[in-house]
Amino acid sequence: MDESWDFIALQASPIEVTAVLAAVEDEQTGGVAFFLGMTRRETKSGLELLGLDYEAYPEMALRQMRAIAHKAREKFPVRKLAIVHRTGPVPVGKPSVVVAASGVHRAEAFEACRFCIDALKKEVAIWKKEVWSDGSGSWSEPKSGD
Amino acid sequence: MKIRLKMFAMLRERSGVGEIVLELPAGATVSQALGALEKRYGGLAELLPRAATAVNLCAAGEATILRDGDELALIPPVSGG
Repeated sequence: MDESWDFIALQASPIEVTAVLAAVEDEQTGGVAFFLGMTRRETKSGLELLGLDYEAYPEMALRQMRAIAHKAREKFPVRKLAIVHRTGPVPVGKPSVVVAASGVHRAEAFEACRFCIDALKKEVAIWKKEVWSDGSGSWSEPKSGD
Repeated sequence: MKIRLKMFAMLRERSGVGEIVLELPAGATVSQALGALEKRYGGLAELLPRAATAVNLCAAGEATILRDGDELALIPPVSGG
């Protein structure tokens, strides 16, 4: 398996988990690790978070996501990888990003999945704006461990 | 020469534009382009030091020399995921 099998995308439409799973399935796979990053409910000085609004530099973000998948393949013997991130508004409770990795055994699937989401959050040209119940918005500051 | 300059997230909001064309002398650097930008959009001054730069989708530094038609992007700290 090489990177031509990888499913790397930015999309404005909701993430279809079954489509992402289908993209990493194959008959040599003994395990698929799957990570969904969700928009979590938060409050701030009496305001409710309604959702997040994602902006990307698409050409750069896709190139960086492909580079992360390439690096994951160098480090772990994975079969197929999928990295899909949403752009635009994502309501609370819905996924904004998905990473899936399949391997002959579970260890490489878990490790590659973790590596890809950690690298994506640190490196990829995507920004989130928090949208609050009074209509205000604030650009999220990157936090470690978030 | 002319370059295209792209801004994202808080930089885009603060300036009110996502993309502008900058007219620069031949051989101008990224640093000179940022100087020209700051002159036009004073409100960006405090945000620029935290922004990384990329030229034609590759990471670039302040000393990188620009060419006619280049795409310079200002990339504030990322927060995807």
